[in-house]
Amino acid sequence: MDYVVVSVLGADRVGIVAGIASVLARHNANIVDISQTVVKDIFSMIMIVDVSKADVDIATLRKELEEEGRRLGVMVAVHHIDVFRYMQRI
Amino acid sequence: MKFDPREIGEVLEMVLFRELDIRAVTLSVNTLPAMRADAAEMLEALEELLTPYLSRLRPAVEKVASRLGVKIVTVRLAVSPASVMLEPLGKAEAAVELARRLDQLAEKYGVDMVGGFSGFVHVGFSRGDKALSEALPEALNTTSRVAGFLNVASTHTGVNLDAVYKAAEVVMSLRPEAAARFAVTANLPEDVPFMPGAYHGLGLPDAVVNIAVSGPGVVEAVVRSLPNADVRTLHDAVKRAAFKITRLGELVGREVAKELGVYFGAVDLSVAPSPKVGDSVAAVLEAMGLPRVGSPGSVFALSLFVDAVKKGGAMATSTLGGLSGAFIPVSEDAVMAAAAKEGHVDFDVLKSMAAVCNTGIDMVGIPGDAPVDAVAALIADVMAMAVHLDKPLGVRLVPVPGGRPGAVYNIGGLYGSVPVVDLKAPGPVSLVKRGGTAPPGIERLKKG
Repeated sequence: MDYVVVSVLGADRVGIVAGIASVLARHNANIVDISQTVVKDIFSMIMIVDVSKADVDIATLRKELEEEGRRLGVMVAVHHIDVFRYMQRI
Repeated sequence: MKFDPREIGEVLEMVLFRELDIRAVTLSVNTLPAMRADAAEMLEALEELLTPYLSRLRPAVEKVASRLGVKIVTVRLAVSPASVMLEPLGKAEAAVELARRLDQLAEKYGVDMVGGFSGFVHVGFSRGDKALSEALPEALNTTSRVAGFLNVASTHTGVNLDAVYKAAEVVMSLRPEAAARFAVTANLPEDVPFMPGAYHGLGLPDAVVNIAVSGPGVVEAVVRSLPNADVRTLHDAVKRAAFKITRLGELVGREVAKELGVYFGAVDLSVAPSPKVGDSVAAVLEAMGLPRVGSPGSVFALSLFVDAVKKGGAMATSTLGGLSGAFIPVSEDAVMAAAAKEGHVDFDVLKSMAAVCNTGIDMVGIPGDAPVDAVAALIADVMAMAVHLDKPLGVRLVPVPGGRPGAVYNIGGLYGSVPVVDLKAPGPVSLVKRGGTAPPGIERLKKG
């Protein structure tokens, strides 16, 4: 398993989840967990994605997700799960 | 492993909005196998030795940064002390050539800085040390990425006043951009990832990776969120933040070392600032409740911060090393720089703060025509503190041509803008011209 955390932040609009999910699906990256909130029209989403069977590396996936984010007018960041594992678990 | 969104959100806030990043990945390489009695042969052997490391260094760092999604600000190389490399040659011209070759190699392979153009002279000058010290002005003035130091004092041997004076002469002969790459040090450890203190220590294997972390903005945010907390609660919160910051260094260090196939050396716990807004150690101290850094209470605040950083960091990594304390380089910390320009931070304040941190006096401007004896005397003060407190300290001064106290010289990049501070010497300090080596303090005898 090779997990990344995809985080999305920005003004709410139609199609954010669909847009991000379609990039992931196109590259065979599997969403294993998702949490999403909208507070005062600010959309925020955190996805845990398994990229172990993806057909591209993390750098390429990040680039495409960021492009999709620009199209949707939201900020997208991709971090390896190890960052969270190291910082939040002893 | 499950994370709740709050945990993920906290990390994201740190890396996306609080300037949490890795200040430096420093690859430290033993270059002593390239020692030769002929300068040209030495340079050729050095290039042959370093090329396999350098060609893989930046790609490896970029690969790890990209995979993790973490920003790594600088990539650096540390080499064996140049003074040792120069022992068989003993010529300043060879030393200058060595510096230039290191500079060229760094540029060619996208390495931001090379440390180790350095010598240990805390008792006296060897043949190689003499060649190095003679070459330092030209070597640093004609390169842009080479960094070095003269270690002029140690707890074990005392303070070498002749070396202090020589180092002060070197400082005064450097242009500002070069002075930022030269420090006068005491008790320097072997595994420092920060410049200009980095060099490949004699106790290390052939190659190691050392890591410098950053992220004072993270600590500042934590402190600001606790305006009414007592100092023990504050200490605990800073400690927790320092743990998380250091863990990121530990992760990056492991990954880069694995990628390069070399030994993972050390994470330096020091939380390095940068001139960017929101990346200041002094801002942390002010957030604790100071009207301005430099005011009464600054030493207490810094001591609280350093202790919490050390305790949180020590839990986060078993490979701790380097200087591991707190840095308050004046020009490289926007709030320190502003306070110095306003007159709240002067050399007396910096000396007091050096008692509880591991910086010493770092990145402070002095008038370009400052008398060498006053500069040497200031260095001697800090060296005496290092010896008596038994810890590493350094002095990095920037002579600013035509600069008067209150003026600012902009170097740019991570160095920031250097404020010129008054040395306050009412007359010649003839003490430093007496020369000789001050004996080690009683601390030395406690060690046997």
